[in-house]
Amino acid sequence: MKTNYDIVIIGGGPAGLAAAVSAYDNGARDILIVEREQKLGGILNQCVHNGFGLTRFKESLSGPEYAARFVAEVRVRNIEVWLQTTVLSLSVDKKVTVINAEIGVAVLQAKAVILAMGCRERSRGALNIAGTRPAGIYSAGTAQKYVNIKGYMPGRRVVILGSGDIGLIMARRMTLEGAKVLAVCEIMPYSSGLKRNIVQCLNDFDIPLYLNHTITKIEGEKRVTGVVVSAVDENKQPIKGTEMHFDCDTVLFSVGLIPENELTKGAGITLSPKTRGAEVSQTRETSVEGIFACGNVLQVHDLVDFVSEEAETAGRYAAAYVLGGKKQGESVAVKNGANIAYVCPQRVDKGAGGNVKLFFRVTGTFKNCTVTAKCGDTALVRKKKKIAVPGEMENLLIPQEKLAGASGEITVALEAENE
Amino acid sequence: MNKTLTCIECPMGCEITVEEEGGVVKNVSGNSCPRGKAYAESETVCPKRVVTSTVRAESGEMVPVKTNKPVKKDEIFKVMEIIRKTKCHLPVQIGEVLVKNISGDADLIVSGNV
Repeated sequence: MKTNYDIVIIGGGPAGLAAAVSAYDNGARDILIVEREQKLGGILNQCVHNGFGLTRFKESLSGPEYAARFVAEVRVRNIEVWLQTTVLSLSVDKKVTVINAEIGVAVLQAKAVILAMGCRERSRGALNIAGTRPAGIYSAGTAQKYVNIKGYMPGRRVVILGSGDIGLIMARRMTLEGAKVLAVCEIMPYSSGLKRNIVQCLNDFDIPLYLNHTITKIEGEKRVTGVVVSAVDENKQPIKGTEMHFDCDTVLFSVGLIPENELTKGAGITLSPKTRGAEVSQTRETSVEGIFACGNVLQVHDLVDFVSEEAETAGRYAAAYVLGGKKQGESVAVKNGANIAYVCPQRVDKGAGGNVKLFFRVTGTFKNCTVTAKCGDTALVRKKKKIAVPGEMENLLIPQEKLAGASGEITVALEAENE
Repeated sequence: MNKTLTCIECPMGCEITVEEEGGVVKNVSGNSCPRGKAYAESETVCPKRVVTSTVRAESGEMVPVKTNKPVKKDEIFKVMEIIRKTKCHLPVQIGEVLVKNISGDADLIVSGNV
């Protein structure tokens, strides 16, 4: 059995697929994708709603349609794929330990590794909600899998906690399938979901969105029988006397996504406490030479179009590393300044060449603001924005010639003119 | 009659007020760009949506489906009724028509290879 590969890609979702195609098109030939599910495509397979690909293809595709385009690109290239294969561990010297039913356990030696494991949903356990532990409590993504892949309904009367996009999408999906969605509760004063989803998933079906509200109690012994929802104050503490009771048999959680980085940690790769993904340069190379990361395992994206773009960057530089032994050059750190929650990449490799796109999220809603990337007192780039919101990832492009002069760390900041 | 709606063209999410009489838009206010005006008009005159769902194949697997054009918003549940009764045989390919003219001139098509 072949156990040596130039590039091993962990994960066959949108990031892994685009990284593989890009690595191949940039000259790499000995590429393996390792995927734990039965088919390629990752989470896109259960996202039957449309809206994918608007940026990249100027078309509104379903998740499976978007995935199919990349799967077709992988198939026409000589890229090896192992399905139903789980990666158990990754080492700093790029040994990838895998397991599947056919070969048992095997250790693969890669010259370069691309991490493309995606993310997972934050669970009820992370929220400390009081109450019993009855059946009927699901993460929104699990409910989506039940409805769209398995073909059965998790419940009939539903309350959703969190107004992330998956929760909004599932509010509509369950409604279309005959369920009654009683409420979507959001602890923040704004929804983290896209405007389009608020309108087309909630307003279209008269589903109420309660901002500054959270679930304070889940009731039921064997099965959920109801929930208590309370308004919260500015410190996110429930306000006594505001309790509302809903009779329901199902509670869905759509309360955030966390990059899935167990393998990354195991390899001793430095993680960012802000993104909870690896710290990378603009080439998407992690703190370990020859190990790259892209997609939702690196930073949770809003749109798959940007996952594909990021994965193509990682694939291109992984190919360059394998073919030319490209070493990490001198780098400068990228920091987040005022009103910025995080910036990715966290460092700029000055030897990599080309323009550098910095991705970041802001900490609140800002209208008529200016975002800047500065080195010391010198502005490398400035951009005016009519609006910036935490739910939409922003970016700044630093031209190559501006970077050449940047000697110290780069800081991204947002100046608000009026809030 | 006055109606307010949230624009979805960009993250601004303008609250737009539409004055409408007998299906004719008299005035649009609250928008900050022409795209908002166009959105408000189409939403008032005849709001349409692409419907996405799944159809169960005879062998049990779920097949992703969608309407190949937007359908009238108030026909969404009628479309869902037809989708629920629709059957298909595997394998299916993206683009295959399962129900011709499911609503108006929109067809129900397969939106995932199974």
